[in-house]
This record gives sequence, C-alpha cells and structure tokens, in this order.
Amino acid sequence: MLPPMSAEPLLKVQDLSVTFRTGDSATVAAQEVTFSIAAGEVLAVVGESGSGKSVSALALTRLLPPAPTCTVTGSVMLGGVDLLKLPDDKLAKVRGGAIAYIFQEPGTSLNPVYTIGFQIGEAISLHRPEVTDIKSAIQRALQEVRITEPERVANQYPHELSGGMQQRAMIAMALACNPKILVADEPTTALDVTIQKEIMDLLARLRRERGMSILLITHNFGIVANFADQVQVMWKGRIVEHGPVSEIMRTQAHPYTRALIACIPRLGQRRRRLTTLTEELKVSP
Amino acid sequence: MSNAANLLEVRGLSVHYPGRANWFFQKAIPKKAVDDISFVVPKGKTVGLVGESGSGKTTTGRAIVKLAPLTVGQIIYQGTDIGSLSNAEFLPWRKKIQMIFQDPYNSLNPRADILSILSEPLEIHFPQMTRNDRAERCVELLRCVQLPAEHLRRHPHEFSGGQRQRIGIARALAVQPELIICDEPVSALDVSVQAEVVNLLQDLQEQLGLTYLFIAHDLAVVEHVSDHILVMSKGQIVEQGSPAEILGNPQEAYTKTLLAAVPRF
Repeated sequence: MLPPMSAEPLLKVQDLSVTFRTGDSATVAAQEVTFSIAAGEVLAVVGESGSGKSVSALALTRLLPPAPTCTVTGSVMLGGVDLLKLPDDKLAKVRGGAIAYIFQEPGTSLNPVYTIGFQIGEAISLHRPEVTDIKSAIQRALQEVRITEPERVANQYPHELSGGMQQRAMIAMALACNPKILVADEPTTALDVTIQKEIMDLLARLRRERGMSILLITHNFGIVANFADQVQVMWKGRIVEHGPVSEIMRTQAHPYTRALIACIPRLGQRRRRLTTLTEELKVSP
Repeated sequence: MSNAANLLEVRGLSVHYPGRANWFFQKAIPKKAVDDISFVVPKGKTVGLVGESGSGKTTTGRAIVKLAPLTVGQIIYQGTDIGSLSNAEFLPWRKKIQMIFQDPYNSLNPRADILSILSEPLEIHFPQMTRNDRAERCVELLRCVQLPAEHLRRHPHEFSGGQRQRIGIARALAVQPELIICDEPVSALDVSVQAEVVNLLQDLQEQLGLTYLFIAHDLAVVEHVSDHILVMSKGQIVEQGSPAEILGNPQEAYTKTLLAAVPRF
C-alpha cells in the first residue's frame, strides 16, 4: 500500500447522471454518482452488467453518444477544470492524455488494419507533439509492459498476437501518453486466469512506478481484494456502498455487496451450491 | 474404476494439425494440439478439464464429438469405439453426446427464434415427432432451464448472456443426452450469473443423471463442480486427481501456477 494521499483529490466527480433516450422512453443508466480519486490511488467500481459502472466511467470524458440521445449532468473536476463543460477539441486532448482507457476486449479495441507500432505512435504524436523520436518512444512503451521483443511486436498486426499480448499492447498505448488516470474497464475478463494474474501484476507495478491513479471497473470481487485501495459497489445505476477494500471485504453493509462476494467460488471451499444474487437478496432485507 | 462404470474412455487420443510448410525447410512440422492423452469419464460424474488457452482442452472436447479431426487414438463410448465411425454412423451417438459452448452470443443463430433453435435437434434425432410434440417438448425444455414458455417466439438478441447460456443448455438437453461436454460454459458470464448457471448444471445433473466433461480455465469453478480433475498443458495431461489431491498436493509446476492465479480473499 502507498503512503497516505494528499488531501486534495486528483479527480472529483459530483452528482454524475447519465440518461439515454430512445423514442419516448428514457433510461437512467447512472444516477447521482459521486466519488473522488487521489493521486496514485486505485479505486475499484464493482457491479453486474447493467449496473452503470462502465457508463459512468465513459461519461468522465463524455465518450458517449451526443445529446439528445444521451445526456450527462453533474461535474467531473480534474485539476480545477470541469471536463463536462469543456468544448470537444479540448476534451479530445484529455481523452488518452490525462485520462486513458483500456477496455475488456483488446481484440476489438485495436484497429485490425494497422500495426501495433503505428497505433502506439499515433497516440504519442497526438498527445505528445514534443516527442521527436517516435520510433524509440514506441519501443520504450512496449518494453515497459514487459514485451520482450518490442521491435518484432511493433511490426505485427493485432490478430498476430494472443489476447494477453494484445492487452499489453493496449496498456502500452494507454501509458505512452503518461496519463494521470488509467480507466481499466474489465481489463482481464476476456482472458485466462493465468494471463489475468500477469496483467493485474503488471498494472500494479506500473501504478507503483508511475504514481498513476487507476479506476478499475470489474464484476469480480476476487481481483479487487488484492489490487484496489478503495471500492465502490454500483447497483441499478447508483453507488450503494463505498469504502476501503479491507473494510468492505470484512463487513458489507449492503446485501448486494454481500451477494456479489458470496457468489464467487473459492478454492477448497467445496460448497454444495454457489450462492446466487437472487437467493442472497431474498434472505436479507 | 471398473469398465462398466465408465461412460467414456479416451485412449491415446492425438489431434495433429498440418503445420505450414516453411519455404526454407520445405517439410511441414505438424502442430500437436492434443498429444497422446488418455482418461475416463465415469457415468453420472463430472470430470473437470482445466488448462490455459492453447493447452488443447477445447480440441479434446471437440474431438470426442467429431468436431475436430482425430489423428490417432480411440474414443470408447460404452464399449464402442466411436472415434473410427463415419459421420453418418456417428449420428446416433451425437444424440447421446451433446455440447454447450462458451460464447452464448455466437453459438445461437441470430435469425432463428427460440422455438426453431430448440426444435432443430428434435427434427434430426426424433423424426417421428409431430410439430405439436416438438412445441410441447420445447416448453418443457425451457421449464427445465427455468425460463418462461412465452420466450419461445423471441430471438437470441432479446436475451441476456445468462439467459442465452440457459437456451444453449436447453438445446443440448433437447435430445436427451447422457454426456454433455461443457466447453467453458460460464467464463463469458458475470460472476453472479456464473453462480446461477453452475447451480443449474448441477441441478440438471442430479435430476437427469447426466455426465459432464467440464472444460474451463478457472480452477476455482472446476474444483467446485468436478469429481475428478484433469490438468492439461501443451496438449498433454500433466496431472490428474480428485479435487482434494489437486488442491492439497499439486505435483506439477503448471498446476501450481494455475492455483496461484486464482484470486484469494
């Protein structure tokens, strides 16, 4: 764990709400989401599919359809600036610059027709125009995510890499622009458990070395326990519980949090049945 | 284990794919996806097959139902070597051995409604059934997987991942199989939905006396469902034993790596 953080948070999100409109109906995907992340902190957002966790992370830099289809209200303060009030061209600098994203399926987020090196170089030239030797910057980015043959990988296309290597390349691309905050949206869900461990270990090391903040979005409490400092649980678009990981793993105030932890099979436990959310939520008020 | 108790016996199974001929070396080196493996699946039990991507576990499952070409070896199902049968001869066995696939998004025909998805295997394996018989059976199948009957007219895109996997299970159950090969049935699902599907599979096993070959990369899930675990790496079975043995006293470095990768909390 890192030493205590400074009092002023790096990112402050206040009353963030996201509403989607289709025809006459409106769906509130996230409602009054309020949280903050300190520099170097890892905040995990846990919830099921449809709980609003990804949508609120995408809303931070308005990576959502434009109004009137989708309206985002509230404020997202980063370094004294409200990102939601920024014009599009300024916001584009923040996306991938101060706040970088990695997504669940590296195979679909990489462009299949360009090499890995080209795609990383594109991000660097866009966000760090001062860099003159882009080629060596690409090599360094790939080395940092422990890709052993950066020259070879830089010339390869996404389909030539395994899922784990693709995710490493995505991380390299995200980190090439020295972001302050990395939003990792289910970074290991599509990967094998052994690769999952490698990627989580890699993220933990990069966070330690760079003092970078991470917003980790996941449905699995298992990977939260050993990785995050703070955790918040989302259910039906709202944050139902938040606090330090060690506390929440020990005692859960909300039945939904309890259910999310209880439904994970654990080694050596050999229960007859797994706990399901419906059962767990039925027994507790 | 006596022979009669074994529903399936795999002896010396290998699946080799031709490698690409190298311009320089000329001769192609075959890719050994599965390399000389043997195991048994006792009736009414669950055998877990665990390993990472590329270890050959999916190919093993597919070779049993002739979805992957068998190079050498025997697949003995209740005394008959089904590995050597032609596709036409294999048809009656395909009814007994069904498969559930990993990705419920890609394994259901998006243009077909649930009624026709569930009816299709019935038309092939039970040609004597009338249209009404089939519709009745489909309603019963949906009840088995705890989905309401009015879903029959809907299409796959109207369902969530967990519901789609239930439909995949219903389709496998349609022809009253004895053995179901579950290829990563829960790894694409949320943990909460995963728990529901795992419980459903265990309930069905109890009610219908099913036998499972349960393929997955997550050792925690495999340990939960299995009576016997096979650990596969690079096309070979490197270790096998009861869940307690594998967990309590893993012999192989690879098994230890798999165990270490499971998050503990």
